[in-house]
Amino acid sequence: MTVPEVDQSVAAEAAPAPVGGVLEGVQVSCWFGARKVLEGVDIKMDAGVVTALIGPSGCGKSTFLRTLNRMHELVPIATLAGSVLLDGHDIYGAGLRLTEVRRRIGMVFQKPNPFPAMTIADNVAAGLRLTGRKVRDRDDLVETSLRRAGLWNEVRNRLGAPAGGLSGGQQQRLCIARSLAVSPDVLLMDEPCSALDPTSTRRIEETILELKDQVTIVIVTHNMQQAQRVSQHCAFFLAAEDEPGRVIEQGPTEQIFSDPHDPRTADYVNGRFG
Amino acid sequence: MTMPETTKVLPNPRAAEGRQPASPPAAGPRGKVPPRRRPRAWRWTDLAEIAGALGASAALTWMIFGRLLPFRVMPLAYVVLGYVLFLPIYWFVIRDGQGATAAKDRLVTILVATGALFAFAPIVFVVGYVVKRGAEVLRPNFFTETMQIVGPLSKATEGGALHSIIGTLEQLALATAIAVPLGLLTAVYLSEIQGPLARPVRLVADAMTALPSIVAGLFIFSIVIKPHIWLQSGIVGSLALAILMLPTVTIAAEQVLHVVPGGLREAALALGAPYWRSVLMVVLPTARAGLSTAVILGMARVVGETAPVLMTTGGTTVMNLNPFSGHQDNLPLFVFTQIRSSQENQVDRAWAGALVLLAIVLLLFVLARIVGSASPGRRRIRVRRRRGSRTTSDAGGNRS
Ligand SMILES: Nc1ncnc2c1ncn2[C@@H]1O[C@H](COP(=O)(O)OP(=O)(O)O)[C@@H](O)[C@H]1O
Ligand SMILES: [Mg+2]
Repeated sequence: MTVPEVDQSVAAEAAPAPVGGVLEGVQVSCWFGARKVLEGVDIKMDAGVVTALIGPSGCGKSTFLRTLNRMHELVPIATLAGSVLLDGHDIYGAGLRLTEVRRRIGMVFQKPNPFPAMTIADNVAAGLRLTGRKVRDRDDLVETSLRRAGLWNEVRNRLGAPAGGLSGGQQQRLCIARSLAVSPDVLLMDEPCSALDPTSTRRIEETILELKDQVTIVIVTHNMQQAQRVSQHCAFFLAAEDEPGRVIEQGPTEQIFSDPHDPRTADYVNGRFG
Repeated sequence: MTMPETTKVLPNPRAAEGRQPASPPAAGPRGKVPPRRRPRAWRWTDLAEIAGALGASAALTWMIFGRLLPFRVMPLAYVVLGYVLFLPIYWFVIRDGQGATAAKDRLVTILVATGALFAFAPIVFVVGYVVKRGAEVLRPNFFTETMQIVGPLSKATEGGALHSIIGTLEQLALATAIAVPLGLLTAVYLSEIQGPLARPVRLVADAMTALPSIVAGLFIFSIVIKPHIWLQSGIVGSLALAILMLPTVTIAAEQVLHVVPGGLREAALALGAPYWRSVLMVVLPTARAGLSTAVILGMARVVGETAPVLMTTGGTTVMNLNPFSGHQDNLPLFVFTQIRSSQENQVDRAWAGALVLLAIVLLLFVLARIVGSASPGRRRIRVRRRRGSRTTSDAGGNRS
């Protein structure tokens, strides 16, 4: 039983290295207005496991990801059914505050979005100010988070410089550091490398592999090799024409890629459509 | 995946294009380097063509008006006819040398340039005239003296507008202090909260930008001065100015907030921030430069207003530092009272006031431009100062 207040005081100790939480989507369906874009998605995202969501674009991967930390409801016309359990508690239930849910389930976006008005260090620590928490050693938190995101060595000498001066790949890792600084249990990544060059992509993949024992990671990717490299569990989404997206098949990544049960999965992972 | 790659490469060919003529192609005729040129640059021959066409049209005009017509015409007619004749002559000259396409191109260029000149001319004339008239009587004592002991027959260079300048500055500051918080809050409501009232409020704000300034003055006069809540004083004038400033600041600030990328709001919310914190700590700081510009534009909008202060501040010739009691003067009022006089010297003095007012407005606009285009260097300085002040404020914070 994780009461938010208790958790907050624990987080205030600023002991990083949370062991990831278990996130579970149960019969999740989503609508935008009258249009159903996602139907009956059941996925269990275990701690210590990187879960990859793959599928052609428009099949509802981002929508599903955004229901996992309640970003879906930011769209005024969006509705949903089903529930999402974080360590067994419904994040849409009354026991968890909205802000607490989002703090514990962080998100990295497709386009790097550091806060341009802040310095690099301020960006990393932004989550603290934004959630109204204090930390005893801010500089230590900044350093730890940047190290975990694999960015420390590149920016250690210019922590006071504006974040906009970093390259795209560095900005994305800064965003990862920013998410890690509020010690989330789960990190959702929506095509985090799709705007990046191959070198930056590899750096981020390394980061993901280093983080996977500390925080549960869910990643949406269009890159089949990337899904194979970083994930252990994989779910394949597909939306037939004028129908909501569904999970066609899920299982260990290895099996999905080498021995898929569904012919559509085989077609997709072998690049025959999508 | 290669998208950023290609976008990054894109500018290069264009940069190379400029350099291309400089690098000698290996297969030139007998190794001779072709001359470097910029295709769209003006050349001496172009100027010669214009000069020739101008000369021809001037001569033709003189012949028509001076020799052929039996009556005399206004000088303006010379200019008009000269211009009208210049166009076909120039067109023929260019067509002869460079073809019909080039001739059309040049002709349109000339027409557009003429239009720009027409748009620009009034500003030059107005500013130029104010500067000329103002500079004749503007002396240093204009900034240090008041009109208290200056009689109607004193020379234009005697006396000064210190009391009016002080009044203007105080009233502007008060109006800003009233209108800016309200305007920014309204802008946040319109752009960030987007509540049910957003539509009507935006409509009213838009309509209020067209509010005649005398109406703002009358409004304050009838609800503040008439019922004797406050007598004529600087603060009452500030209220009237604030009414005029409010919609300008609101709309400009709302547009600035709209430009803040939605991704930043999402990023803040995804960290677990309550909505108000994401607005306060991410959206507003990101838009800081633009918001400052909005505020300064609002100030520039009202600093020269005469009608609202005419009824509300009272106007005086003596120094009154207290904007909360007693009549106060300000610059537009100073100009207004001086220029209505039948005495030539007082009218001259009004132009000095107009010049100072113009300078203040110009200063505000320049400030708005500088703040609005805050370069990274400036921003870094500001950020560092902010960080510094914060570390001094919380004692425990040690810097990296
Ligand atoms: N804000 C929105 N309003 C309306 N429809 C949306 C919105 N966002 C996404 N959709 C629709 O939901 C479907 C799933 O989109 P998305 O989850 O972004 O797909 P994916 O991430 O798999 O490419 C798409 O058909 C898209 O058109
Ligand atoms: Mg997507």
